[in-house]
Amino acid sequence: MAYVPLADQDDAHALHDPQTFVTKYIWSQDHKVIAIQYGGVAIFVGLIALGLSIIMRLQLGFPDTFSFIDPAFYYQAVTMHGMIMVIYLLTALFLGGFGNYLIPLMCGTRDMVFPFLNMLSFWFYLLSVLVLLASFFIPGGPTGAGWTLYAPQSISMGTPGYEGGILFMLISLGIFIVAFTMGGLNYVTTILQARTRGLTLMRLPLSIWGIFTATVLGLFAFPALLVSAIMLGFDLILGTSFFMPAMMELGEQSSYDGGSPILFQHLFWFFGHPEVYIVALPAFGLVSDVISTHARKNIFGYRMMVWAIIAIGGLSFMVWAHHMYVSGMNPYFGFFFATTTLIIAVPTALKVYNWVLTLWQGNIRLNTPMLFAIGFIFTFVHGGLTGLFLGNVIIDIPLADTYFVVAHFHMVMGVSPVLVLFAALYHWYPKVTGRMFNETLGKVHFWCTFLGTYAIYLPMHYLGFLGMPRRYFEMGSTDFVPASAQALNANITLAAIFVAIAQILFFVNIFWSLRNGERASGNPWGATTLEWQTPDTPPKHGNWGEELPSVYRWAYDYSVPGHKQDFIPQNEPGEEYEKTHHTAGGHS
Amino acid sequence: MSHSSTMDEAELSQEGLNGLVKDWSTDKQTYHVPWGKAMMWIFLVSDTFIFSCFLVGYMTVRVSTTDPWPLATEVFALSFFGSDPIPLILIALMTFVLITSSGTMALAVNYGYRRDRKKTVLLMIATAALGATFVGMQAFEWSKLIGYGVRPWGNPWGAPQFGSVFYMVTGFHGLHVSAGVIYLLVVARKVWRGDYEKKGYEIVEITGLYWHFVDLVWVFIFAFFYLL
Repeated sequence: MAYVPLADQDDAHALHDPQTFVTKYIWSQDHKVIAIQYGGVAIFVGLIALGLSIIMRLQLGFPDTFSFIDPAFYYQAVTMHGMIMVIYLLTALFLGGFGNYLIPLMCGTRDMVFPFLNMLSFWFYLLSVLVLLASFFIPGGPTGAGWTLYAPQSISMGTPGYEGGILFMLISLGIFIVAFTMGGLNYVTTILQARTRGLTLMRLPLSIWGIFTATVLGLFAFPALLVSAIMLGFDLILGTSFFMPAMMELGEQSSYDGGSPILFQHLFWFFGHPEVYIVALPAFGLVSDVISTHARKNIFGYRMMVWAIIAIGGLSFMVWAHHMYVSGMNPYFGFFFATTTLIIAVPTALKVYNWVLTLWQGNIRLNTPMLFAIGFIFTFVHGGLTGLFLGNVIIDIPLADTYFVVAHFHMVMGVSPVLVLFAALYHWYPKVTGRMFNETLGKVHFWCTFLGTYAIYLPMHYLGFLGMPRRYFEMGSTDFVPASAQALNANITLAAIFVAIAQILFFVNIFWSLRNGERASGNPWGATTLEWQTPDTPPKHGNWGEELPSVYRWAYDYSVPGHKQDFIPQNEPGEEYEKTHHTAGGHS
Repeated sequence: MSHSSTMDEAELSQEGLNGLVKDWSTDKQTYHVPWGKAMMWIFLVSDTFIFSCFLVGYMTVRVSTTDPWPLATEVFALSFFGSDPIPLILIALMTFVLITSSGTMALAVNYGYRRDRKKTVLLMIATAALGATFVGMQAFEWSKLIGYGVRPWGNPWGAPQFGSVFYMVTGFHGLHVSAGVIYLLVVARKVWRGDYEKKGYEIVEITGLYWHFVDLVWVFIFAFFYLL
């Protein structure tokens, strides 16, 4: 039996509009409400992670000053900061938050294909966050094994939180993976199967391409984390020896025998490296749309941008062992993984060139979202270039486990995605709330954040070259680290505190504007994509009113010569223009 | 296509690589299947990664452990009425039962599309019963091994990882089969009530996809764990 696509079904089944406060805002199956729920929880845990990073910085900048920071607490702060930022903030906010909000709107559907599953996804996510935060309140506290949770250390005596924190962490990760799978299956199926009339894959905005590919990566990468969490949990509770070799613990032979610690690292990084791109690809997508909209120009080389996203996604499964150069590896493997790592630079660089070429001769509006988007290009190029250093085995070995690595990954997958998050939050704020934010506050927030992060991370590269090791509670007396490094560390801490305080501006802005902001029109930026063409702002339940929109063109018809406006919405009928680059004249 | 105004028909019939991309990226939907079926396929690929990781983990610990690995032919042997122990006889039976259940499932799908509700339900119940038999036999095997003193943390014959991997992998697969039995019974009940008369019987095929997947995984576990 042929299956009738959604867009061709007559709207026989009426929309069940939620009636009560509870069905509308709490047990809601509306993708927009779920997106806001996801976003709110993610930003809340993100603030906890921010607080933990300040605790780390206080210790590093001013050792022996704060008596409440002991080594165990420091390591717990390091671990929880890393895990929360990577998984519970960035993954959840990009995919659970922006994915949920934008996929049905940009694809011209009324909701996700399985709204109930989507709702469950959020509640499982909330549960995983609660389990994670509960570990702060159990005896021994949360785990302090570092976010990589390497066995045997993570479950051996002496590591903070080995009594229970590590178990809470593993359970929380398991629940998160269940939540992600339920959400992720929905996102992928909606994008593949429920697009509206005329919306081909090659007319999708790059935001959707980024979110789609990242979700697919997540569905294939999280299994490795689930398996390693199960096996590590069994090593901990049942006393199996998957990852645990025979070893001495507190002067006695432990009961473990013959496991493979390297296996844990392989499983972890088979998840961990794609995870970098699970965070980065939605950021790539969202920033492409922000840049194109505010530069009033089509994205340069749309097709190549799509293929680059897919290529990066594919390659990301072949590079994981570059995190393990110093774990002990056959040199031929090192050669292989260094090569694949450097090959990833090709599609990534292509994307950077295309963003810059999109800006080239554009009619750039330097408003808050655009500032954050341009800031992202800077920090991403910066972090990407240091990635080329670390991708080479021979340069990585002296730099491994120094602050150079900390600086690298914070630039490339900490600061860069967070800048995109801000760009996207400001960019879509008028659609989500129906109000404009305060532009001045937003700009001050940008400059404080952007310059502040450079004040934090640039000196760290230098510290790394000096050989200052990462993850140390204090440096003690070392010959190779000069005393001046301490002054630098103190400055980094001050910059970090400054950036943390500057985030208040963001919260003041979004909460103040919620009530007092100027009312936003349906399409304040003059954007082409479908979510700006909804009949109501913010969109009502069902998104499109009576009839689903039809799409007649790609998502980037900006500044088309001879057209009365400088943008043509995707759902405006008429001739489809040649997808060429108007100013540079090249065929993309 | 009912709304050809939004898509250029000529664009859709290109040949070569561009045509392939265009065919894949048509509007509305990429695959002409129901949402549930597309979603099940994606889920199964994801689940494949889980089982692959388990099996890769098993291979790694088997190589990395320094103790000898117990001989599968001796451990998984069973004697009937005082005969000599027959190697792998229980596993052979279990595998036979599970593969048979795939056959009944395939028939159920066929009768579902023919809208023969009675036969569909009967065959689905038969599939579930075979699945439950499989899980029962697995429980018997577990109890046997527990009786021999095989534990997740050690066993009388050699590498402790033998027991760890055995209970973990067969347990995880057994959970999949048990979940499948419940899934089959739920869907069978709805088919019986006639819930799908309007929507069509794709759901039987979707359930079948899951069931065949679980069978296929068993073939790999059988080969890598019992035969090697």
